[in-house]
Parts: sequence; C-alpha cells; structure tokens
Amino acid sequence: MNLQQAQSNDTGGYNFAYLDEQTKRMIRRGLLKAVAIPGYQVPFGGREMPLPYGWGTGGMQVTATVIGPDDTLKVIDQGADDTTNAISIRRFFARTAGVKTTEVTTEATVIQTRHRIPETPLRSGQILVYQVPIPEPLRFIEPREVETRTMHALQEYGVMHVKLYEDIARHGHIATTYAYPVKVNGHYVMDPSPIPKFDNPKMDQCPALQLFGAGREKRIYAIPPYTRVRSLDFEDYPFEIQRWDESCEFCGATDSFLDEVITDDEGGRIFVCSDTDYCRQRQQQTAANEETCP
Amino acid sequence: MNAMIRVDNLCKGFTLHNQGGVSYQVLDQVSFTVARGECVVLDGPSGSGKSTLLRSLYANYKPESGRVWVRHKGSEVDLVSALPRDVIDVRKHTIGYVSQFLRVIPRVSTLDVVMEPARRLGVSREESLARAQDLLRRLNIPERLWSLAPSTFSGGEQQRVNIARGFVVDYPVLLLDEPTASLDAGNREVVVDLIRSARDSGAAIVGIFHDADVRNRVADRAIALSARKTQAIAEETQS
Amino acid sequence: MMHAEQTLMEAATPLLQVQGIRKLYAPGKGVDGVDFDLYPGEVLGIVGESGSGKTTLLGCLSGSLIPDQGRVLYRNRDDRELDLYNISESDRRVLLRTEWGVVHQHARDGLRMGVSAGANIGERLMAVGGRHYGQLREAGENWLREVEIDPARINDTPRTFSGGMQQRLQIARNLVTGPRLIFMDEPTGGLDVSVQARLLDLLRNLVMDLGLAVVLVTHDLAVARLLSHRLMVMKHGKVVEHGLTDQVLDDPRHPYTQLLVSSVLGN
Repeated sequence: MNLQQAQSNDTGGYNFAYLDEQTKRMIRRGLLKAVAIPGYQVPFGGREMPLPYGWGTGGMQVTATVIGPDDTLKVIDQGADDTTNAISIRRFFARTAGVKTTEVTTEATVIQTRHRIPETPLRSGQILVYQVPIPEPLRFIEPREVETRTMHALQEYGVMHVKLYEDIARHGHIATTYAYPVKVNGHYVMDPSPIPKFDNPKMDQCPALQLFGAGREKRIYAIPPYTRVRSLDFEDYPFEIQRWDESCEFCGATDSFLDEVITDDEGGRIFVCSDTDYCRQRQQQTAANEETCP
Repeated sequence: MNAMIRVDNLCKGFTLHNQGGVSYQVLDQVSFTVARGECVVLDGPSGSGKSTLLRSLYANYKPESGRVWVRHKGSEVDLVSALPRDVIDVRKHTIGYVSQFLRVIPRVSTLDVVMEPARRLGVSREESLARAQDLLRRLNIPERLWSLAPSTFSGGEQQRVNIARGFVVDYPVLLLDEPTASLDAGNREVVVDLIRSARDSGAAIVGIFHDADVRNRVADRAIALSARKTQAIAEETQS
Repeated sequence: MMHAEQTLMEAATPLLQVQGIRKLYAPGKGVDGVDFDLYPGEVLGIVGESGSGKTTLLGCLSGSLIPDQGRVLYRNRDDRELDLYNISESDRRVLLRTEWGVVHQHARDGLRMGVSAGANIGERLMAVGGRHYGQLREAGENWLREVEIDPARINDTPRTFSGGMQQRLQIARNLVTGPRLIFMDEPTGGLDVSVQARLLDLLRNLVMDLGLAVVLVTHDLAVARLLSHRLMVMKHGKVVEHGLTDQVLDDPRHPYTQLLVSSVLGN
C-alpha cells in the first residue's frame, strides 16, 4: 500500500500517522542527530497529541515519524499487548496510518513499548520505540538543565556512581531495579526508561534500532544497532539482573521476566511471563511438540 | 662576615595615622654586630626602643631603612628586604624568639605548644616529645599540666611554657624579651642555665633583661639605647 | 662575603601567579588591580571589611568569576603552567575537582545535603574514576576521622550534622583528592566561638601536615593571624598593605590597616 492509497482510507481528515509532514521532517532530523550521537538527548519541538503527557506522547511521535504504510506495528505496555493503553495506541495507528498491526514480535517491523523490551531477540531491520517519562539521568541530583547539559558534555558522571553508592550504603546492594543508568558507546550516560534492569543487557549490541521519545520533556535519543551499552556498577558490586526461583505458570519459562499475580486473598500467587507474546509462542510451541511427539 | 647578626644603620619610627598622624622616631641609625657564642644585652630606660629593636631583629617590625643581616644556612639574609617565605624559613631554622607574652592558641596542649618548633623542623615525634618534657620539667611545669592548653595558666607558668618553646630547638640565634620577668628565683636560675648553655654551644643571643643579676650573669656585653626626646642612639659598651 | 638578596628557596617556583586582576562593578567596588605570587605550602590571608573586594578576588582566583583584566597562572602537578582563563571549561572543572579545593562559607554551598557523608567524601574520587565501593567507603571513614567526625556517621546526611560538623565535612570532601591549593571563604563564619576554635585547630594542623597552599578570605584578624603566613589588606578593591602576617598586624603602616587592627578587641 503506498502513501496515496493509505491516505485514501478513512483517516478522519488526519495526515498519514496523524502528524503533518513538516513535523515529521523536524523529528526525523532530530532522530538522525540522535543516532549520530548515541545516548545524547536531542531536543525536539513536541506536538500536541490527542492524549495527555505521561501516556506515551513521546513514543507515539517517534513512531508516527518513522512508520510507513508497509510497516507492521506492535505495541506493548509492560510487556503485554492487551492492556488498555497498548490497545488504544495500536488502534490509533491503525486508524491514522492504516498500517498492519500484530502481537507477534517476530512479525513486527516497528515496536512501541512502555517499560519493557520483548523477550524474543530483535533482528536487524526492526525499530524499537521506547516511551520515556524523564529522559535526564542526572535530574535526581541536579535540577538545573544548564548544569546537567554541561555535565554530559564534560562526562562528569561521578554523581551517577554517588547514587549507586548510596544504594549500597542504605540497602547493602544496588537497589535500583528499573531505569538503571547505562553508559552508551563509552560516552553518554543514559536513562533507558523505566525498563527493569533485567532488560538492560538486551540493549547491548542489539541488531535493531532503538529510539527513545519523551513527550513532556521533549527529548529524543537513540542507540544505533550494534552499539556498546554497559550498565553502571562498582568493581566489587557488579551489575546483576533479577532472577526468580519460580518459572512461568503458563509456559514454564525460567529465562523471562516474571510478573507476580495474586490469585486469592489467602496469599496465593502465581508467576507469569510479563511478555505475553513470548509466553504464548512458548505455549504454542509446547502444544505443537506434544502433537508431534505425544 | 663572621658575625651571626649585623645591624646596619637601622631606622625605625611609627606614624599613628588615626591619632592625628603623630609620628615618632624610635631607632635612629642603629648599628652593631653579634658574634657566635656571645650574649648581647640591650640596655636603656623604658621607651628607648629595646623591644622595638628586638622585634626588628625578628622581622616582626619593619624598619624604614637600614639592614638586618642574619647568617642563615651558610649565607646572609637581609630580613628587611626578604620575602615573607624566606623570613619564615629563617625563623624556622635560625632565629628563636621568646616574647614577653605567650600567644595562646585555644585547644593546643602545653606539650604541643612546646614541641611545635621542633616538629616543624622535621624532628621526630619521639625526639620532640623528649626534649619538650625535659624542658618543662626543668622549668618546673608540673606534669599534670602538660596535656592542658596554657590558656588557664598563671602568667609565670605561661612565660615558662614560652621559654621552653624557645629552647626546644638549638637556634643559632636567640632573641629574648624579658624572659625572667614573671619568674621566681628558682626558675630564674633555670633560665640563666639555659641561656648560658645555648651561648656556650655557639648561639648568638640578644636579650632584654630587667633583672640586673640575671643580666650580669649572662651578658658578654651591653648595647645601650638612650631616649633623647624622640631619638635613640645605640652605643656599644663593654660590660 | 656575598650578600644574597635573593629568594632562598631557589628550587621552588610559585604555585600561583596572579597578575593585574581587575573586576569592577562600579568605581571602588570589586577588584582594582591585584598582583601576588603564592608558593607551595604558603597560606595567604586576605582581610578587609565587607565591600573591600576580597570575595570578588577569591572568585576571580578560583575560576568562578571571569576577571575583566589580568591573568591567573597555576603550575600543576605535571609542572605545566596553566592560564586559568585560557584553558577550556572542562580543564578548569577538572582542576577544581583534583588539584584545587574550595571551602565555602556556608557548608550547604559546598556539600550535597541530601546524600550521605560517605558519598559526599567519595564523590570526587568517583568523579576521577573510583569504582571500588569498599575502597571508597574506607576513604570516607578515614577522612571522617581526620576531620574529627565519628566514622559511624558515614551514612548520615549532612542535614543531620551541626554547623561545625558540616564545615569539617566540607573540608574532608575537598581534601580527598589531595589538592595542593585550597580557597577558603570565611571558613569559620557563623560558627560558635568554641566550634570555631576546633575548626581552626583542624585547619592549622591539616595545612601543616599536608603542605597545602591556601588563599583564605576572612574579616576576622584573629583567624588570619592564626592560619596565615602572609596577609593582604584590601580596601575599595585595592591592596593597601601586604607582608608577613605578624608584621602587618603588629606593625601596621597603612592608615586603614592601623584602623582595622586597633578596632579589634584584645588583638
């Protein structure tokens, strides 16, 4: 389907993917700059989107900018395709861009995500768009924008380790479990958005293009494919991902991020894969295996 | 020059700008030398400039003109024109000064006060401590006071701490301003001994002594300063 | 016999050379032409009343205020001469984190009030690449001991410290990278007299033990007498008298110095 055909569908009078072409051009320039300087926050002229700040406007503007009529879009929210927000955003693009949508990670060309990276390894040619609330990793300790920009420019990241030091002093271990700061391409320190630290290793040397959009703060940043991404740590307190004693109740996975689900009011609980597609694929695979080899 | 100290035409006056600009000359063309191993006493009535001269020898007062040559580490330094850091070096290694009043620093113990000049020179803590303890004992400062700051001591006790501090290092030059003023006979004896030992070891000493007996026992010669209205002229006399 | 009218420390070169510094906000307000050299291990006191320009001068010397005229030359650990306002902002900031220290009058300007004492001390080490938590903690405990703060308070934030303790923590935070030159602005300002005494004692010993060069701005002549080797008296942006500290205070020549000295009770 080409652009004219897409536009001839009933998109309710909106331009393809909602944003006008000039805006997309502006954001694309920003994205190019972001890709050229991995981990560096590029300001952009964020537009009003039909949903408030804090609901993924940044991610949506990035998706709207890169998506084309031949793309297949997947949208997940905390790993799930079927939450209200994921469904709303997916429907938004189906309406305004007329693109195909999917829940299967391997079928998608553009994946917009809130707070998780899919378990299924991504491949070259895919684009992962993250929704970011607060892009500035130094904001917790330095409220002044001018100062944080200078600190990034001069690589003055001592304070990031101060934060980790404080964790160890207070809790005996690095207590940061999500939005765990990373160093990109050996230069910029970046906030990877509130993904669990479990997902951090997936960003390193990832074949896909990773784009980050913060709508309220109006910043975008990027990690080009096959870029070095290292989580910050101490020599004697090295970075570790979360592990569970349990496995997924539905598919038996022991290597995915598990959500804890309370099942009754007597303390009953089960653990299930947060990534719904991954879980379903595994269940389907198990069923297929059982059919062929009963 | 073989002398340890050579004062050359020293002139020192004061101008009190905030009291109508009144000025008066205290030292006028004062010249003399002090050799190794001799103790020179500054004589003269009160107001004749003895203290002023002594302070000028320590670079505590700055003369208008003239020179104060001191033999320091084998060469000569003019204290009048020297840089502050060089004066500090001279005070560290060469010139010891026992002032009339102990300047008390809060919280510093008597032992630390006495040890400090030696520690600053790099003398080990043990050695400095031993010297300080020995001096304090000789000067009859009871051991129970050693760990206290001298701020609550009597005038005589403070003066003895001051003296101990002045003798903890073997200075080639010693300047003493009324060192026995607040002391009883017994302690005066100790100080006389200290001065004579220093002199016999080769120190060049310049002192102001109110007590005639002490003066006679330590001085090799005297330099008389006389006040003639607003002028003072130094005359060398043999004692 | 040779009369040597030259500096005796021939090998030593000045650590800091200040040439023609001028920064004026209005005639007589600011710094109006200041020159001096500072050698390793020297403590230079700058005294004057409020409005004398001493704080402006300190700002110009420590890299936080760009002077209208003049140069500040610093000889670094590698024996390279750096022109403070001709090097990059980055190099200046590195200098301030490694070879220099700044102790502010108000501890809150020199500390991170919301993080622990240990983190405050360790930050400069982390900034220059310290990545071993155990070592950072040990350094924190050692320095707390050095500045007479109970090491058990290493996890407490400075908000829970008294004023004197905050000031001592500020000193520890600066000294941890072994700086050679410290700028201090009224370090005992606002502290109770007994607390001041303790802090001054600590500073005196640290300066002597570590061979620090210090530029100390104060309005308190007693502090200047206790800590500094040399003294500069400022009035209306100019240096009216300078020299050996005890000489300037005991034998003041300039009318303003005489006024200052005579105004202090019990000097």
